[in-house]
Amino acid sequence: MKGQVFAIVLIIVSGVATYVMLISTMNSLNQTRDRFYLEYGFAEVFASLKRAPEDLKTQISKIPGVEHVETRVVADVKLDIPGFDEPVTGRLVSVPDHGKPLLNKLHIRKGRSVEPLREDEVVVSETFAEAHKMSLGDRFGAVINGRWKTLVVVGTALSPEFVLQVRPGAISPDFKRYAVLWMGREALGTAYDMKGAFNDVLLTLSPAAKTSEVLIQLDGLLARYGGLGSYERKDQMSHRFLTEEFRQLERSSKVFPLIFVAVAVFLLNVVINRTIQIQREQIAILKAFGYSHLDIGFHYFQMVLLVVLFGVAGGIGVGVWFGKGLGNIYMEFYRFPYLIYELEWNVVMTAVLINLGSALLGTFHSLRKASMLPPAEAMRPEPPARYRKTIIEHLRLWHLLSQPARIIFRNIERRPIKSCLSIAGIALACAILIAAIFWKDAVDFMVEVQFKLSQKEDLAVTFVEPTSRKAIYELNGLKGVQYAEPYRSVPAKFRFEHRSYRTVIRGIESGSRLHSLLNTDLKPVELPPEGIVLTDYLGTLLGIQPGDQLTIEVLEGARPVRQVPVVGLINQYIGVMGYMDMNALNVLMREDSAISGANLMVDPLHQTDLYKKLIQMPRVVGAVVREDEIRNFYETQAEAFLFFTFIATLLAGTIAFGVVYNSARITLSERSRELASLRVLGYTRAEISYILLGELGLFTLVAIPLGLVGGRVICTYLAATMGSDLFRIPVVVYPATYSLAATVVVVSAFLSSLIVRHRLDHLDLVAVLKTKE
Amino acid sequence: MSRSPIERQIESSPIDGKIVFKIKGLTKVYGMGEIMVHALRGVDLDFYSSELVVLLGPSGSGKSTLLNILGGLDTATSGQVTYRERDLTRANEHDLTEYRRFHVGFVFQFYNLIPSLTALENVAVVTEIATHPMKPEDALKIVGLGERLHHFPAQLSGGEQQRVAIARAIAKNPEVLLCDEPTGALDLATGVVVLEALERVNRELGTTTVIITHNSGIADMADRVVHLSNGLISEVVQHTVKKRPGELQW
Ligand SMILES: Nc1ncnc2c1ncn2[C@@H]1O[C@H](COP(=O)(O)OP(=O)(O)OP(=O)(O)O)[C@@H](O)[C@H]1O
Ligand SMILES: [Mg+2]
Repeated sequence: MKGQVFAIVLIIVSGVATYVMLISTMNSLNQTRDRFYLEYGFAEVFASLKRAPEDLKTQISKIPGVEHVETRVVADVKLDIPGFDEPVTGRLVSVPDHGKPLLNKLHIRKGRSVEPLREDEVVVSETFAEAHKMSLGDRFGAVINGRWKTLVVVGTALSPEFVLQVRPGAISPDFKRYAVLWMGREALGTAYDMKGAFNDVLLTLSPAAKTSEVLIQLDGLLARYGGLGSYERKDQMSHRFLTEEFRQLERSSKVFPLIFVAVAVFLLNVVINRTIQIQREQIAILKAFGYSHLDIGFHYFQMVLLVVLFGVAGGIGVGVWFGKGLGNIYMEFYRFPYLIYELEWNVVMTAVLINLGSALLGTFHSLRKASMLPPAEAMRPEPPARYRKTIIEHLRLWHLLSQPARIIFRNIERRPIKSCLSIAGIALACAILIAAIFWKDAVDFMVEVQFKLSQKEDLAVTFVEPTSRKAIYELNGLKGVQYAEPYRSVPAKFRFEHRSYRTVIRGIESGSRLHSLLNTDLKPVELPPEGIVLTDYLGTLLGIQPGDQLTIEVLEGARPVRQVPVVGLINQYIGVMGYMDMNALNVLMREDSAISGANLMVDPLHQTDLYKKLIQMPRVVGAVVREDEIRNFYETQAEAFLFFTFIATLLAGTIAFGVVYNSARITLSERSRELASLRVLGYTRAEISYILLGELGLFTLVAIPLGLVGGRVICTYLAATMGSDLFRIPVVVYPATYSLAATVVVVSAFLSSLIVRHRLDHLDLVAVLKTKE
Repeated sequence: MSRSPIERQIESSPIDGKIVFKIKGLTKVYGMGEIMVHALRGVDLDFYSSELVVLLGPSGSGKSTLLNILGGLDTATSGQVTYRERDLTRANEHDLTEYRRFHVGFVFQFYNLIPSLTALENVAVVTEIATHPMKPEDALKIVGLGERLHHFPAQLSGGEQQRVAIARAIAKNPEVLLCDEPTGALDLATGVVVLEALERVNRELGTTTVIITHNSGIADMADRVVHLSNGLISEVVQHTVKKRPGELQW
């Protein structure tokens, strides 16, 4: 009994630990984020624009509901880091020369903030400084508005605005190739011709303010100045990513622990049932001595209580431990000045209540039966088990089965519910593992689709502003460029009925070789010469179908507003946007063949030289090397993948082990007499092990395919609930994941059978035969 | 000319009066440390081929202990037991299993049938692994249960279950049949039916049979009666006339 109780406690521990780990990590990150935002004045409304005079600030602050206004200059730059050959881009953000910023304040980690009016001083984001092992006083080159400049690092910092530091359009943070830099307002303004002007504005609102009203008014004010559309905090990049991550944690914290609770309750029920069965006579004697129904019921209730409390206590301990581990992994990505790790009381209470509640619900029937058992009946042995011929005996095959095999089948069929639940338990172990690690497969697949099937360029180059198509010739002329293909990218707000979404329209040349649009079967589709094609998820968000007219408000240049028919929906896992034929987009913009950038195919031999050249080209603001991006992605995620795979394997192993071990022990306890008889008749140890463990082997064999399918179902559910406009998770499970899950289950089942086998080998034949059945 | 399976069995079973078990100075001590129980204190005894021996003795005298050692279920503390040419006292676990599998049939007070198998299948459990078994149906016919082949133990009476147990014990054509209080849980009339089955097996198949009982009346059906007392043989009685089970009185 001890072993079985231990196995159940272990499963409860696993369930509670998973729950505590996920929930406490989420709560901690959430609290940390809220506190960081509050302390460092994270803005509530954001807007970028082309250029507006500082006077506009007064008008903005008069918008009803606006509390504070902060204007800034923000610019994208190319960096040249000594000793690092790959292209690096950065975002330069101004800080006021006098006094601290009101909003999005910096948390200085090392050194100091910039001194007023110093043109060469910058504060560097901590992640970037760490990635390049920069120290205070280090220098590096930057191309600021086309002019080469040497900058000095005077400090490193964190900001609520860049908790997650992701380059716009990238799939994951890249600490090496993307930097956030802070520079004095005056110096930056001078460099970008923004003296007495700004191109970025932050607001906080009074509690009573209606955000949507403020956004409309702000957009109204900024429209003449090239406003790119204001947005509220929930659409801010870093904040969005955090929110999505919290949502995933929360979702997982509901799915996974539930599975553990279900399995634990099932096993608890089986064990309590068996205990009561074995202790029938004791119950009868106690009752004969005058113990009441309630006393007996309470005795077994205490057992359940003890198991659950031990499990929950252990689970909280392990969960806090895991939670801190997970928290630290998150802190690698999410830069907060501190992490508030705090286990909330309600988390503990929820764990206790859910586990205890389900345990009591699950064992209620057995407890009731035990407490109601009349003493006289309890004295009599349990009536003999009734066996029937099984359904499969009608098959011809039955006659070929050996007697031990028949024993296995008859026992399985005598307790169909228990058998099914055992199978379900093992299957869940398999499923849980798949569901916990499938997202690595999904991400692999996303990357594969996005960067091998869809975006096939080696290098993507962005221009400072829309440029004549002739720029392509210049690029093509560079040594190492094998092929260059232009693209146009236009920020726009899409409207359909009452729904709207701010994103970009990408113009692609017809017959593009480097950018394919994919349908749901991932087959390339031709981009029609007229109309717009939308990412299918965007179609759903806007509730728009091919054939409908989409209203497009362009947020660049002359800011035309146009009606364009939607001519198709395409599949894309990362981001959402619209695609148009480049000519059609140029026509829509009333411009001559302007381009925003180019995709290049590059000769690897001349790669490094090419990067150097690109840095020097004033028109080019940024260059992204696909391969680097993908490699970085895997590097940053590797540790997290490992952590999850490790924990999931541990947990799934626990379930499989627990279910198999418990079933084996119960069967052994119920059938030890029968097995001893067979030993007396001359059956070998291996042969009787076959009878006992064959049943479990069969369960495992049946459970694995069910578990694989079940795992996929859970993946589908998780993927469906976690999808957002940032990314959609494809339901892809690679064979390696299936086989890992199956292997973990088989190994755990095997290990637990070894333990049971050990007991079987030490069966005391004589003792068993001496006692009455 | 068709012969019954039983007749065929008779021809193949040697009734030669040879020694089956040779027991010399057998002792068995249970327990280690402070409390030692001397269950057998030096038993010398031979069993002969085809004889029917009844073991009598007060409770705790060591009957079951002796039988279990003969059947390879337990090991001796000292002394020697040989079965034919085999030294059972030196046999390892694997040898003993093989010995039980091919040479010995057991019948216990509690029938120890497999509840999930029918009468026929309970017998087949043994015939499946034996080298020269009879057909399970034939074994059940010998004990008079030819009509109840497909009933599960729970559907049979105690006596019927014990007869299935006997059929199972003899189905492998064992050389020895060891019975520990086979009628202990049965009433008189049922007990007689069971004893008749045992007697018939002994007579027709020539199986060396050892029966433990507390009922001295049963002793009258034996070739020899061995009395045990306090771990020693106190008396051996050779019968010249045997009674049929139906004639026994107790
Ligand atoms: N496993 C054991 N451990 C300790 N002592 C034992 C064990 N088995 C038997 N004994 C002791 O050995 C002695 C002989 O036991 P055994 O079972 O052989 O007696 P028996 O003659 O068969 O008695 P009964 O007629 O009551 O069945 C007894 O004193 C018994 O208590
Ligand atoms: Mg006895």
